[in-house]
Amino acid sequence: MNSWIVTYLWFVPAAPFVASLIILTLSNARRRSAAALAIAGQIAALAMSILAFGQTLQTPGFRVVQNFTWFTFGEQALRLGFVFDPLGAAMLLMVALAGLCIFVFSVGYMAEDKNFTRFFAYLSFFSGAMLGLVIANSLLLLFIFWELVGLASYLLIGFWIERPRAAEAAKKAFITTRIGDMGFFLGILWLYGRSGTLLFYDRGNGCLESAGLAMLGASATFIALLIFCGAVGKSGQFPLHVWLPDAMEGPTPVSALIHAATMVAAGVFLVARVYPLFSLGPINGVTPSLTVVVWIGVTTALMAALIAIAQADIKRVLAYSTVSQLGLMMVSLGVGGVAAGIMHLLAHGFFKALLFLGAGSVIHGCHGEQDIRKMGGLRRLMPVTFFTYAVGMMALSGVPFFFSGGWTKEEILHATASWAPSHAPYYLILAGVVLTALYMTRQVIYVFFGNPRATAEHAHESPRAMTMPLIVLALCAIFFSVVLTPAWPWLHGYLTGEPVHFEIARLIQPMLFVSLVLVGGGVAAGIWIYRKAGAPERDRPAEIDPLEYAQPALFRFLANGMWIDELYDRTVIAFSWASARLSDWMDRYFWDGLVRGFGAIAQLFGIFTTSVGERGINAGVDETTVGTRGLGRLISAAHSGQIQTYLGAVAIGMLALLLLYAWLA
Amino acid sequence: MVGLITAIIFIPLVGALAVCAWPQRNGRPIALMFNAISAVCALVLWRNFDPTSSGLQFVERHAWIPAIGAEYLLGVDGLSLLLVLLTSTIVPFALLAQPVPGAGRAFYATMLIMQSALYGTFTAQNFILWFLFYEMSLLPAFLLIKIWGGENRDRAATKFFLYTFLGSVAMLLSFLGIYFAKGTFDFAALAAFGKNGLLTGKLAWLAFAGIFVGLAVKVPLFPFHTWLPDAYQTAPTGVSMVLTGVLSKMGVYGFVRLLLPLFPNEIKIIGPWLLGLAICSIVFAPLAAWAQRDLKRMIAYLSINHLGYCMLALFAVAASPVVGATIDMQAALSGVFMQIFNHGITAATLFYFAGLLERRRGLRGIDDFGGLMQRTPLLCGWMSVAMFSSLGLPGLNGFIGEFLIFKGSFAIAAAFTAIAVIGLLVTAIVFVRAMQSLFSGPLAESCSGFPDLLRSEKLVIVPVTLLMFAIGIAPQFIFNIFNATVVQMARLFG
Repeated sequence: MNSWIVTYLWFVPAAPFVASLIILTLSNARRRSAAALAIAGQIAALAMSILAFGQTLQTPGFRVVQNFTWFTFGEQALRLGFVFDPLGAAMLLMVALAGLCIFVFSVGYMAEDKNFTRFFAYLSFFSGAMLGLVIANSLLLLFIFWELVGLASYLLIGFWIERPRAAEAAKKAFITTRIGDMGFFLGILWLYGRSGTLLFYDRGNGCLESAGLAMLGASATFIALLIFCGAVGKSGQFPLHVWLPDAMEGPTPVSALIHAATMVAAGVFLVARVYPLFSLGPINGVTPSLTVVVWIGVTTALMAALIAIAQADIKRVLAYSTVSQLGLMMVSLGVGGVAAGIMHLLAHGFFKALLFLGAGSVIHGCHGEQDIRKMGGLRRLMPVTFFTYAVGMMALSGVPFFFSGGWTKEEILHATASWAPSHAPYYLILAGVVLTALYMTRQVIYVFFGNPRATAEHAHESPRAMTMPLIVLALCAIFFSVVLTPAWPWLHGYLTGEPVHFEIARLIQPMLFVSLVLVGGGVAAGIWIYRKAGAPERDRPAEIDPLEYAQPALFRFLANGMWIDELYDRTVIAFSWASARLSDWMDRYFWDGLVRGFGAIAQLFGIFTTSVGERGINAGVDETTVGTRGLGRLISAAHSGQIQTYLGAVAIGMLALLLLYAWLA
Repeated sequence: MVGLITAIIFIPLVGALAVCAWPQRNGRPIALMFNAISAVCALVLWRNFDPTSSGLQFVERHAWIPAIGAEYLLGVDGLSLLLVLLTSTIVPFALLAQPVPGAGRAFYATMLIMQSALYGTFTAQNFILWFLFYEMSLLPAFLLIKIWGGENRDRAATKFFLYTFLGSVAMLLSFLGIYFAKGTFDFAALAAFGKNGLLTGKLAWLAFAGIFVGLAVKVPLFPFHTWLPDAYQTAPTGVSMVLTGVLSKMGVYGFVRLLLPLFPNEIKIIGPWLLGLAICSIVFAPLAAWAQRDLKRMIAYLSINHLGYCMLALFAVAASPVVGATIDMQAALSGVFMQIFNHGITAATLFYFAGLLERRRGLRGIDDFGGLMQRTPLLCGWMSVAMFSSLGLPGLNGFIGEFLIFKGSFAIAAAFTAIAVIGLLVTAIVFVRAMQSLFSGPLAESCSGFPDLLRSEKLVIVPVTLLMFAIGIAPQFIFNIFNATVVQMARLFG
């Protein structure tokens, strides 16, 4: 027996959508109603998600599918549907809960903004689309929601529309992700053509079920890789990661919700959702498409972690960290650790939302300052923010035992260590773990330790609306561990459908020590390097980063994101713009030139033939051109100069061609 | 219901006379009234249309000029009905657009004559009658650009006329050739011949080339398109709306109704080349749009791109080497019909907005505006909807047609369709860039006195935008119009 909620699962995304629509019609002044509506919609979504989640606990491998016909074209029906399974249920809960915290936080954070109502309309719209995305049972429906979250992201990055940089970042995000989406779109077309359906599950006939998969054959690799293009764009994987750091131009709650916790994880979710396509036809558990996923993930994880070390903007550090963590999740999926990847996704959703909101609180407290070098000493001025931020920092760094991120990271290390083709990814992500601990330590030292600098002197703790969500998320980041530990890997079992029992002995594993050493090493290195950051040290001025002082060239390389933006500017973008100019030029001068040349010849021909025609074949032509001349006169009434000439030419030509036809036939 | 189509065609003509006789200089109310009447007739036609039947309905057949096989033969199938409904939507919408300076009775009368010709073109089922209407639309369009156009109107009008008229002549000659060979002008009869090769040898290719060029100019298909940016840019807003919304569909309609059924063998032989031309339309047009500064010229180029998708699907269907790929053909054809309707609505709306901006600012270069979102949020919001519809955002109408076009074409001509995706991407770039320079950044001083959407403007925009959402979310009511026709056509081509 399923309760009503599983049948009407679409109520979950519908609630925020409806809220968004109503808010859009409100006037700018009705701020309280807007916030109340948005939060009510989100609470409704969360409540229904919890209800529905309860249903999935009844049976392992729970899956309910509701399909319906969207429209029929020709003799076929295009069907869409919703699916509810552990993967979707876990995502639903995370999105709804993290979303709610961020909505509440926004009430405080955006209090001064003149477009407060519009902000909540967009936020609710995003939430609806994201909730829809995770329960879509059709690749097409998933794509539809995928594009809608992209739209929401575009609107919210560019929310402070009067800032040219925000508009630029929004444009960049939309276009960069769309590049990936075009690959995704082709993948959908290919899959649809091959399997005849885009439904994931459809009583054995879905494209992820055995009958559907059997129809794919060798094309599965290409389809999977094309779909992965979409994931690369959305989840900020190399080489399409460049939009995500710039997306930090949006308000901080947006960065927390969309560009950290939920939307950017959609790429990882997508790979997990269509995993059967990726893992079709494995040789020793490895497929070409999964291998690509691993290497893209490793590259991204390591590169972004390196870049994060040299960022000065509090949000950009976190943005690169997000890119890096998403890369880590991709690695996990690629090596076969689907459950581990999703667990890290969920844990990351909470602690990264926490970190971003903490950063938002810091920015709010420092009156809009985002440069960590100008902060310092905030641990005393903003204690709640500091403690919650520290929790987030330790979860992200992967401190074992007390923090969710530690456990999930360990699982990923486990999965990667046993990947058959190569050990390189394992060692590379070990390096990533050290780097993560290092850059987070650096950031915390700069922001919270030392003496208050420039803007930090007048900092104040944020209002309750902002600190409460921080506390809730911090508790989530800690207590989420309960279901993650190897002693009782409940979440793992829930996602994979395997039975789970409690066994305390499994709690201590060799990987725990590996983690401990690496994270400890990273933190220690961070403390040692940055212990005097923000203060002058020997002949290093206070505003110079210790790393910059030691390695100026390397630091600049990293601070500028390895110059990837500049590279794209000079290659891809320059090329595209040149093509645009060339197309315009061709149109104006080449093609139009041909036409004008042709026109000139026709005109000459016209002058010639009309004079011949007037004298020579007058009688015959008159009959046929009476009508045409009538038109001609009408046109000359409309002060025309040349048309008669053309018409004359045309009449003669017509006659000539008629004769030709008669002769040929 | 006999005579309903005739009524739909001639009501605007009567309206044109009425406008001329109207004592006041402003003919708009009368023109709108007659539009309302013909729109009601079109709705009655829709209401009584049997969506399960693929044949012609409401047929009116009378002897006309028996000596040359010209009959007065009218009728609608799903495609014709769709275009009649589109015409009934777009023309009144265009009449409500930014008023043309100096437009008096003559302007509205000319618009109504053009509307009548459009109705005729989409319902005539005999070539002579069809051609008569086809040409009848050309002259009003020419005059509307020539007399009421903006800068460079003489050049643009002449170019438009020269292009389309030469195209028409080529087409007429081809049909005369066909008539000499087969002795009929009836579309259905000709299509039946077409299956086995209408003509043979050089003559077939000559006739094919004539009709192809005529229609390719009208759509327009690359490289026959250079009249379009000038014409759309120069024409008054309302005229641009009809040109892109309806007139361009005459070309696509011609391809579906004439070229594809009549020359299946020829198209199969040169199929890849035709697909290549469609790809050029799809890729180069939005690239050129990217380089435009003039808003109307930009939208004009994107129109070429959107119709390029229609051409891609049609050529893919007609050139399909696979026998019996009916599923994909149905998808492609459904997509084309959907795109015809959607592009009509969306592109006309975009021109309407360009007109609104021009009316406020006096200029319409993309760089002449800035920061509009702060001053006119409603205008920006609704205009963004039209732009997102045009770039194919799911949830809005544009996506449905494009998805089906790509689905059908990809299965038949994968490589070409894969290249066509570039068009989707560049279109997005063009629009997002336009939104950036129009709406965002600091408010430009020249725009600081703009009024937001006026009540009268909202009354026009809201229904059209709701239609975009309706089609985007629940498109079945549009599919019902032409599903039977699609099935029958797919069988014909398959």
